[in-house]
Amino acid sequence: MGFNLQLLFTGIGVGSIYALVALGFALIYRATNVVNFAQGDFAMLGAFAMVVLAIDLELPYWLSILITLALMVGFGALFNLAVYYPLRNRSFLPVIISTIGASILLENGVLAAYGPRPQSLDSIFAVPGFSVGDVFFDSQYIVILVVAVVMVVVQYLFFERTLTGKKMQATSQDKEMASLLGIPVIWMIMLTFMYSAMLGGLAGILVAPVLFVTVGMGSSIALKAFAASIIGGFGDVTGAIVGGLALGVIETFGAAYVSVPYKDAFAFLVLFGFLLVRPQGIFGERISEKA
Amino acid sequence: MRASVRSGKSPPGVTGRRGLAFGLYATAALMAVMAAVITPLSAYSLNLLMQAATYAIAVLGLTIVLGYTGQINLAQAAFFGIGAYGVALGTTAFGLSFLGALAIGVVLAAGAGAVLGLTSLRLGGHYLAMVTISFQTILTLVLTNWVAFTRGPDGVPNIRRPALLAESGPYLGLCIAALFAVAWFVWWLKTTKLGRAMQAVRDNELAANVIGVDAYATKVAAFTLSAVLGGFGGALFAGGFTYVSPDQFSFAESVVFLTMVLLGGAAAPAGAVLGTGLLILLPEWLRFLKVIYLAVYGGAVILIMIFMPDGIWGYAMTRWRRLRPARPIDPGIIAPLALTRETARADNSVILSVHGLSKHFGGLKAVDAVDLTIHRNTVHALIGPNGSGKTTLLNVLNGIVRPTAGSIALDGVDITRLPPHRRARHGLGRSFQNIRLFGAMSVLDNVIVAAERPRPLPALPRLRARAGRGDGGLECHALGALDFVGIAARAGAQVGSLSYGHQRLVEIARALAGSPKLLFLDEPGAGLNHVEKDELVRLLTRLKGHGLTILIIDHDMAMVERVADHITVLNFGKRIADGTPAEVLRHTDVIAAYLGEERPALSRSYGAS
Repeated sequence: MGFNLQLLFTGIGVGSIYALVALGFALIYRATNVVNFAQGDFAMLGAFAMVVLAIDLELPYWLSILITLALMVGFGALFNLAVYYPLRNRSFLPVIISTIGASILLENGVLAAYGPRPQSLDSIFAVPGFSVGDVFFDSQYIVILVVAVVMVVVQYLFFERTLTGKKMQATSQDKEMASLLGIPVIWMIMLTFMYSAMLGGLAGILVAPVLFVTVGMGSSIALKAFAASIIGGFGDVTGAIVGGLALGVIETFGAAYVSVPYKDAFAFLVLFGFLLVRPQGIFGERISEKA
Repeated sequence: MRASVRSGKSPPGVTGRRGLAFGLYATAALMAVMAAVITPLSAYSLNLLMQAATYAIAVLGLTIVLGYTGQINLAQAAFFGIGAYGVALGTTAFGLSFLGALAIGVVLAAGAGAVLGLTSLRLGGHYLAMVTISFQTILTLVLTNWVAFTRGPDGVPNIRRPALLAESGPYLGLCIAALFAVAWFVWWLKTTKLGRAMQAVRDNELAANVIGVDAYATKVAAFTLSAVLGGFGGALFAGGFTYVSPDQFSFAESVVFLTMVLLGGAAAPAGAVLGTGLLILLPEWLRFLKVIYLAVYGGAVILIMIFMPDGIWGYAMTRWRRLRPARPIDPGIIAPLALTRETARADNSVILSVHGLSKHFGGLKAVDAVDLTIHRNTVHALIGPNGSGKTTLLNVLNGIVRPTAGSIALDGVDITRLPPHRRARHGLGRSFQNIRLFGAMSVLDNVIVAAERPRPLPALPRLRARAGRGDGGLECHALGALDFVGIAARAGAQVGSLSYGHQRLVEIARALAGSPKLLFLDEPGAGLNHVEKDELVRLLTRLKGHGLTILIIDHDMAMVERVADHITVLNFGKRIADGTPAEVLRHTDVIAAYLGEERPALSRSYGAS
């Protein structure tokens, strides 16, 4: 029983990482109708920025976090200008391919600059966690979970309750109409990329202490997060969280009871199952093209 | 010459040119193979060429799925790996012959491709990207971890080649011969019915469905073919290197394949070969880049997407076409259009009968219990204010949108549950409100896609005699449809270069080429000037004279009054009036719906006339 509870907690912890990255997917998808295949690399960049700032340059941890987030905002703007913006009026395929190109560029750029050796980053907490009965609660996982939930609430309030959020939604659904209504579409898209890069960076900062910091860390998380988004319902904020948590739990139990080497396969098998039975995901709705 | 054309064969000039091209191509292939066999090459050069040839075969698979059909496949390295492991394990662990192992590898790749396509191609877009990445990841996991079967990360050594081609030179010859054959196949595929269907799906899936293309089946076919070529390339690769290991077939390699096809140009086989050659040789030339080589790769992908979206070959071809104007159409090969096989039926019987049809989007009743009866040989107009549900009704009749309730019968056959492409085969044609042509195809090809999907009806001896079975006959028939709407002279042009009014006419010609018995026209007059509108009215009258029944939506009441025999009026999804133009246009509810009510306090009951 204690073992299963421990698995459950670990699963939720891992799942909240997926959920956090899935939120970034949902955000960009809602604003630009585009899937950003470099979203995971935003997290990787955030984690490496932390390693550089907090370990190599020995800056205080909190300051490193702030600088990293600021850098990520700037990077989001750059990413938009270089990868998305020139292709904004083309179909989704060139854009997807362009973000895949960006992902390769980022991973191998960091690899060339920093080498393949995995880095590690300590947690900001002195206390690694606490035990209740047989179950150990890792403090970093608790923070990740809390941050994920807070970001969901923030994102929900932002999209549904603020004018800027609604403008972003309008931009996503019909760019031309939105600009006719006086919405500064270019700015909305820029904002989206800046925010989602920051969100990705935040995910990187948070997961760095529980994983090794490697160039591939982002894309492996992103694949799971992407699967989580589809399972939850693409573009749906609640779906991202539920999908992410569910995937984390399934994966952890699968590794414990079925097979460790095939741990990474479970997420994709669940994904195939969903695509067969309920492709719109748990919370998604089918949207048909206008004739 | 003219006579032979009329009987439905390709003009001899064209056949001759094609024969000559094939002859030259076969000679080039033979010389390349001979050169590979005879020339003494270093082991290093042999390996490089073998890699280039086998990769190019897999990349040609991407030409089909990405270039022709517009679907993404991020698992080509997985299919390549399945083929390679088929040969690797087949010739070692199972002691099979090379050919037997190759066949098994290709069949396994085809099976995997078909299953993957069947499960995910209904979704398309980013779902497909995700599913193919997932498949790629799972395959890598299996190759690495199922040590008992695949020998795990150590890989499989001592793979056998066919006995006759055990030496590297002759084996390279085999790879090059295979590459030439596959490249020819991929080129030929583009000119077939399936190839045109693929391009139609790529350019506009919805329109392809409506003119009778089974888009889903087409995509599955493209995906499976692509997997077959991936597997075939991989099988040859395994024989060439005589050693395989899982890291040769990772996601990174899938991205390399994708980059190759994009760099060279996805629209033509030459682009795939060019891109592969460049990206195999570039690393050799760019050795000094070392660690940042892959980063440069990624950057190149972005730059290609932005500045050279059609790849190097596509870019060159665009330039070339600008220098060389399109081949003019010989008016002699235009077949007079046999519009419909219903000319004999000059009766006024019911052709379409719709009962209680509803379509609700959540709480919105876009179409609300509509009854509609259309009689043969009439022009039936569907009018109503903006947002009254006209286009939604058309979409339900077409099968693009599933109805919430109600039934649709075409000529007594219940078609309520049929998908759009099956309805097209039952005789429904359609033009769209916002033009949906196949933008990257020529005007003629746009029409041919519809022309080669005639309804399976018994009564078409006259048409079959004219159309024949070859491409030439189809071309004549399609030109006939273009000629009917008056733009046959533009047949060779890219459809995107046409004026708005001409694009509308191409849409109508495309619908006509499918020989529909009932034609839906969704605001054909929108955006046309007076002259063009007059032409449109004349065209509609001529169509009616040829025994075609038409359902037209338009906002131009003057035009509707001129052409319509019968009018149905919708408002808020409900039918509010139905009758002859004289009756309907004076109907108080209709006037109220368009102009607002004189005294809003006065409530009227919604009774149809």
